[in-house]
Amino acid sequence: MGRYVGHSVKRREDPRFIQGKGRYVANLELHGMAHVAVKRSPYPHARVVGVDSSAAAAMDGVIAVFTGRDFADGGCGALPCGWLVPDTKVPERPVVVTDRVMHVGDSVAVVVAEDPYTASDAVEAIEVEYESLPSVVDARGTTDADAPQLHDGIEGNVSYYWKLGDSEACKQAFAEADETVELELVNQRLIPTAMEPRAAAASWDAASEEMTVWTTSQNPHPIRLLLSAFTLGIPESKLRVISPDVGGGFGSKIFHYPEEVIVPWVARQIGRPAKWVATRTESQMTDSHGRDHVTVARLAMKSDGTFTGLDVETWANQGAYLSTFAPLIPTALYITLLAGNYRTKGVFGRVHGTLTNTVPVDAYRGAGRPEAAYLVERLVDLAADRLGRDPLDLRKQNAIRKEEFPYQTPVAFLYDSGDYDRLMSTAAANADYDGMRRAQEEAREEGRLRGVGVVCCIEASGPAPSAVAGSLGSAVGFWESGEVRVHPTGQISVFTGSHTHGQGHETTLAQVVADELGVPLESVEVVHGDTGRINFGMGTYGSRSACVGGSALVRSAEKVRAKVVKIGAHLLEAAEEDVVYDRDAGRVHVKGSPDRAKAFGEIAFAAYTAHNLPEGVEPGLDFVSFYDPENFTFPASSHICEVEVCPETWQVRILRYVAVDDVGKVINPMIVEGQIQGGVVQGVGQALTETAGYAEDGSFLTGTMLEYAVPRADLLPGIEVDRIETPSPHNPLGVKGAGEMGTIAATPAVANAVLDALRPLGVKHVELPLTPERIWRAVRDAQSAAA
Amino acid sequence: MYPSRFDYHRAASIEEAVQLLGSVEGAKLVSGGHSLIPAMKLRVAQPTALVDIGRIEGLSGISSDEDGLAIGALTTHAEVAASAAVKSACPGLAEAAAAIGDIQVRNRGTIGGSLAHNDPGADYPGAMLAFGAEITAVGSNGERTIAASDLFVDMFTTCLDETEVITGVRIPAARGTAYLKHRHPASSYAVVGVAARVATEGGDVSECAVGVNGVTGCAVLAGPVSESLCGRPANQDRIRTAAGRVGESLDGAVGDLYASAEFRVHLAEVHARRALAAAASRAG
Repeated sequence: MGRYVGHSVKRREDPRFIQGKGRYVANLELHGMAHVAVKRSPYPHARVVGVDSSAAAAMDGVIAVFTGRDFADGGCGALPCGWLVPDTKVPERPVVVTDRVMHVGDSVAVVVAEDPYTASDAVEAIEVEYESLPSVVDARGTTDADAPQLHDGIEGNVSYYWKLGDSEACKQAFAEADETVELELVNQRLIPTAMEPRAAAASWDAASEEMTVWTTSQNPHPIRLLLSAFTLGIPESKLRVISPDVGGGFGSKIFHYPEEVIVPWVARQIGRPAKWVATRTESQMTDSHGRDHVTVARLAMKSDGTFTGLDVETWANQGAYLSTFAPLIPTALYITLLAGNYRTKGVFGRVHGTLTNTVPVDAYRGAGRPEAAYLVERLVDLAADRLGRDPLDLRKQNAIRKEEFPYQTPVAFLYDSGDYDRLMSTAAANADYDGMRRAQEEAREEGRLRGVGVVCCIEASGPAPSAVAGSLGSAVGFWESGEVRVHPTGQISVFTGSHTHGQGHETTLAQVVADELGVPLESVEVVHGDTGRINFGMGTYGSRSACVGGSALVRSAEKVRAKVVKIGAHLLEAAEEDVVYDRDAGRVHVKGSPDRAKAFGEIAFAAYTAHNLPEGVEPGLDFVSFYDPENFTFPASSHICEVEVCPETWQVRILRYVAVDDVGKVINPMIVEGQIQGGVVQGVGQALTETAGYAEDGSFLTGTMLEYAVPRADLLPGIEVDRIETPSPHNPLGVKGAGEMGTIAATPAVANAVLDALRPLGVKHVELPLTPERIWRAVRDAQSAAA
Repeated sequence: MYPSRFDYHRAASIEEAVQLLGSVEGAKLVSGGHSLIPAMKLRVAQPTALVDIGRIEGLSGISSDEDGLAIGALTTHAEVAASAAVKSACPGLAEAAAAIGDIQVRNRGTIGGSLAHNDPGADYPGAMLAFGAEITAVGSNGERTIAASDLFVDMFTTCLDETEVITGVRIPAARGTAYLKHRHPASSYAVVGVAARVATEGGDVSECAVGVNGVTGCAVLAGPVSESLCGRPANQDRIRTAAGRVGESLDGAVGDLYASAEFRVHLAEVHARRALAAAASRAG
């Protein structure tokens, strides 16, 4: 633990947020700014026969109306996919469609007006003639022989097929199994629901031919790259992308969206700045969605409870087009996690990436890993039920032992470190697991439906070694840049390619650098989110900012320290090896003589005056590092949830929620606790309330907050959070990702608890979300089957 | 979320509001605005003009005498929910008000607005039916008093004519009242809301009414439930049997993504039983 690292330093960004001083894209007011609105398809699949924009164009205050043809002819390229597994078939995704809409919300025309009210009026005034075409929304149903063929050359609507694991070992495990359990489940589609809807603004300087784009992005540099190389065609040297304060992303703001192209294209076309801000409904029907799997799986085991094989086949709905990283999520972030925390040998998984008439699906908090955890943890509970074993006990029996790390799973990953037995024991002790079971017995005797859900979950965070990502299909690298610029006064600007949109990097990254250099936190400022200020960066997702972005800054700070030592020794007239860098005091002194010292600020000033530098040492004190991680990190968790289900209304009440997580070393315990709590709430949302609904005819049923049920405060009691620490050996900070573990663990923890409560009624499975009606029907079905 | 263009008129009196409704084409009344304005932002509603009655004096407030409660049309849900007079004279009404929406909605939304809007998911209509409310409205033809059972005609439809403005509600005093709801997890509207009123004489149930909202397009009185309880003491078994008949009044139950028609009828039975039990216990 350092002076700052390991302490709950208050978030430095919060004063501006809680005082309404945050600067979001929607707040941006530029001189002469026009307002953009998008005409969207009400059809899931239709031919666009004609677009009549004459009435809209004639309205007072309307500057221009553009159709898909204008964008195509005006040099806008199709939106690319940045992750292609072998033989991926990529449907073309135009910025604005020219002849065919592929999902409800697909963009058909663009209005530019003097104010957003007029723009909305004009959107209504555009007449589009559609010829409706047959549509399909179901992940697996789209591969049926009678499903409509959506894209030329993409047979059966399957974009790709991917498999991983040892199918022979898997077959043998099932052949020799004493017991097997099987499960078919849906991992339902979710809407990420960031507090701030997406927005984009742009300003074109005709003299310098420079474009500035403001966008709500988790990764402004990759957006600049895609705008430059694919969609807008402006050289990166003339393109600046700024992602200022952003109100949450949860993955949905990683991707390159049509509006990010539309707005700068319009700004250049009309010679005025332009801005678009999504309505909540636009967000719900055009932000990339999450999850949406149909899976058939079975687990093989010996009669003593040893898991021997896991066989998984999944149909992953990718939506109408492949979003920026879509194929990554159900492949290298899902199948690779199917070993879970267990020593199962014969793991084999395959996935069909399918196309439908729905909003594209991509990463959403957890991204692939929650889908794996929910599947594995449900199967383990079914196994415990089959064997008549306690589910915690069965998990402990099969968990990877702490002395087995680093542990090579049969599905590619090399887990770094962990102690799953201690994780589960801590959770059991904190929850008073035995007491919960006794209370459950008493409740059952009184006819009440009490359930206890226990899980042990794994995550792969901090993507990724670039070469590994490349071999798995990535079009980009996954290193991170970090620059530590010491100014002549000793003040420090830290430039990171990570982006903070709620995570608190302005605090945590400053804690890291302040400790590395032994300077006060107040003298470290963190700069992010601006391609004009940061040389490059890969951005924030996959719980990577501390692991990768933080490590890049450690590397740069090490370089600063080395130069400070060199200059300090010279100023002290001592040999370099005879001085030490005192990280507690932030100074260099002669070994054994702490009084013969030069303060950090003095040395920084000397580096810039350059009056007296050692021979061969350049002036200045500014270092950048590009840190490429050697592996993912592998956080783990054990959560225990206690519920009671009302046997009349079938509502679920969570009585207790106990979380124990291992996210390695912790930079700021308060922020980590907040991440776990927030993650748990989102995971509970998937378990109990959230579902993005499509009717069979493709119409979208959850376009407003009246229909889409994000969790509310009263859904949960206080979340009891605790940690154990097994440092990751794969980065200099020893950290593992903390942003997604809560989400990954909470969904199966709640589901296992509810199914445990329903066990006396003979219910084996209920699809998510566990709404009262679904539970009611499952109970009714189980009772009529028993009768 | 930008509404289409509309004109705005602020009425200083009921008479002016009535006159504006009669003279301004396409005008809609607004008071709390918590149903109308969200609909306008979604462009589901596109009135060309609003007549704001929110600041008319004398239309807000609660008074009570031995016959019951008189509640002004502009009284907010929060005021009804917190009123000691309401809790004492008709506890079920305070429960219905407290169950509406969220804090913001209850602080802005008004009883007159809710009744005139007649949303199938609203909480007040079932309570008004069960508790025997009378609604006063003023229009170009003067003032009239309307029984709740006449007011609610169909989904989002009342018997009010285009110039009529609700000015107040009278509710008979009834200790034996209760309201229970199953809340939609997203919208907080009633998936099912059941209001029950039970009066007793000499230990026997003398009067009983059950109003149900959220299940059908328009709130209904569940006649068979009431009939099967009257004339005898209310006990658990009789209440259960009576509540089991609630479905007979729920033809045309509607479903959505969250709850099907069939499940709503099931929930209505559960809530009818619980609401009747609470009302009977309060009736003594």
